[in-house]
Amino acid sequence: MMLEYTEKIRKTAKKLLEDGKVDVFIGYKKGSVAMMNEPVLITNPDHVDLLYWDSNCGLNLCNYLTGRTDRVGIVANGCNSRNIVTHIVENQIKRDQLYIVGIPCKGMIDHRAVQRAVKQREILEINEEGDGFTVKGMGFEETFEKKNYLQGNCAVCTHRNPVEYDEMIAEPVEEQEGVEAYRDVEKIEEMEPGKKWGFFTRLIERCIRCYACRNACPLCYCPTCFVDESQPQWVGKSSDPTDTMTFHLLRAYHCAGRCTDCGACERVCPMGISMRQFTKKLNKDSLDLFSWEAGLTLDQRPPLDVYRPDDYNDFIK
Amino acid sequence: MTEKVFTKEEWTKALKGLSDAYRVFVPVKDGDFHVFKPLDEGKRPDFDFQNTRLSPKSTVYPRSERMFEYTVDENDPEANTLTESEKDYSPQAIVGIRPCDAHAFQIVKLNFDNPEYRDPWWVQHFESTTLVGLGCNEPSSTCFCTQVGGGPFNEKGLDALFYDLEESYLVRGLTEKGEEFLKKVKGGTEADDAEKKKAEELALSAPKKIDVRVPTDKLKEKVQTELFEAPFWEDVAFACLNCGTCTYLCPTCWCFDIQDEVLDKEGDRIRNWDSCMFPLFTLHGSGHNPRDKKVQRVRQRFMHKLKYYVDKYGDGVQCSGCGRCVRYCPVNIDIRQVCELMNNYG
Repeated sequence: MMLEYTEKIRKTAKKLLEDGKVDVFIGYKKGSVAMMNEPVLITNPDHVDLLYWDSNCGLNLCNYLTGRTDRVGIVANGCNSRNIVTHIVENQIKRDQLYIVGIPCKGMIDHRAVQRAVKQREILEINEEGDGFTVKGMGFEETFEKKNYLQGNCAVCTHRNPVEYDEMIAEPVEEQEGVEAYRDVEKIEEMEPGKKWGFFTRLIERCIRCYACRNACPLCYCPTCFVDESQPQWVGKSSDPTDTMTFHLLRAYHCAGRCTDCGACERVCPMGISMRQFTKKLNKDSLDLFSWEAGLTLDQRPPLDVYRPDDYNDFIK
Repeated sequence: MTEKVFTKEEWTKALKGLSDAYRVFVPVKDGDFHVFKPLDEGKRPDFDFQNTRLSPKSTVYPRSERMFEYTVDENDPEANTLTESEKDYSPQAIVGIRPCDAHAFQIVKLNFDNPEYRDPWWVQHFESTTLVGLGCNEPSSTCFCTQVGGGPFNEKGLDALFYDLEESYLVRGLTEKGEEFLKKVKGGTEADDAEKKKAEELALSAPKKIDVRVPTDKLKEKVQTELFEAPFWEDVAFACLNCGTCTYLCPTCWCFDIQDEVLDKEGDRIRNWDSCMFPLFTLHGSGHNPRDKKVQRVRQRFMHKLKYYVDKYGDGVQCSGCGRCVRYCPVNIDIRQVCELMNNYG
């Protein structure tokens, strides 16, 4: 199926570029390391064979749209398309600049889980076939069922199909039913404050402040991030845990009502930190308080950037 | 030259016996990966690893280091005077450092310890450090040490080197510091000829397992301005997130930023690792930023490592081929490919 997708993406991109419908096309190319692919910008229709798709395309390509002024073709699965919607609603890109090539998605592979499954031996090659995949390394070869090795966000995803697109690369896939998306959050909610603080402190203790999580996130497009402000300087730059916690908490809050749980932040973290535990809580609150999931429609503004005098909440009056 | 053999159990036990003489750092398993930690923190050393996620550079060059302290209390006669912070220069040993990471210290040394400039803190930390390397029997696919002047059993920059002979380790002293270290390690037996031969065989066979070619031979003859203007930078930079993963994981990235932190009247002057990937890295006080675009920052990182350093010091590239940036770059920008582009340009 993945090879089929790749072929179709190439064909579509070629046509779009040749017909002059787009100036550039954004997709992935196959990476130089197993289970890694690299975002790529194609401008020449003769180069479309670089384009590639498999279950290791877990970044968020919407990240590369911010501030573009040309006409862009882009591949988008469910979560990526929701971020594109959010980008349009937040005036970061115009709908008519875009040609969205929709990808029905059955989830991305959690490369860390696969590494664990092969006891951290080096994986040199991965091949997908049907609903499974095989990894090979020096002296080993193991086959796994993909559904058991999905990224955490993909395992609980209920929007696998793009919500906004110009054409679909294949028939929509079945959406997951009966997913309990917030059990981990509920567990944390039940903790005593002290225990909760301890949980989050441990969660980020390995953080090296490389900001990969922030930079992989399409929501983080502020011209100057608060951690980079120097007049005034809100956050210290040393390895002080208080500063690191300030960064993570504020980053998460800045994503409230906007996060699509695409999982790019977790995927890119060089230290393997599960920072979705912050954003998921806010996603849950958005759902509980405002019946809101980000990026599902172009016709409604996110709950935290609108004000209505007749708001039913007391605190606003 | 001392050459001793220890069973693996003996070795770990012997290291524990060094706590009076050294602060011993060893690789330990921390979740999904390995990092260097002080042995006295109680975690079991685990020498069965390819390389640590973070390089051991922080043992000599901490991520955040207090340089000076001061008070801004005008009633204090010492107000606004910087006093050097106390530092721990007691002997430390990094046991299990990979040859690429030891080589990296030599690369960094050219910057921090040269006739023009001598960084007092880096130098003192470095001089108090004994590097006891572990050769790599099985280099990983992202390793390219052999292409940049090193090797899986390269002795450059190491004080001692140990070989994993499966059931045991053969440890060899390489410098005075290394011999001193081995004198303090209790136990072990003199290596016999068979063991020495086995070690030599490992050292000969391992480099052959690195079959990647990363040409650097033409970098020096390139004209800086031409490479700077090369058309490939936009493509190289496209995917880059401008995060600090490559620079923070790199054993040869040495840039720092100096910050003052004041609480009430007491202040610290701290230096922190910095990253040329961050816009703030070059932001001027005027508000002007000479590298305000992503492509400029990405180009700077590669030009520094593969051209400016080459031209300035005439001692190869500023890279020891550890492959961390290749493996952990979130978007898979591969320095091996960029090096090839640069080397073959024009």
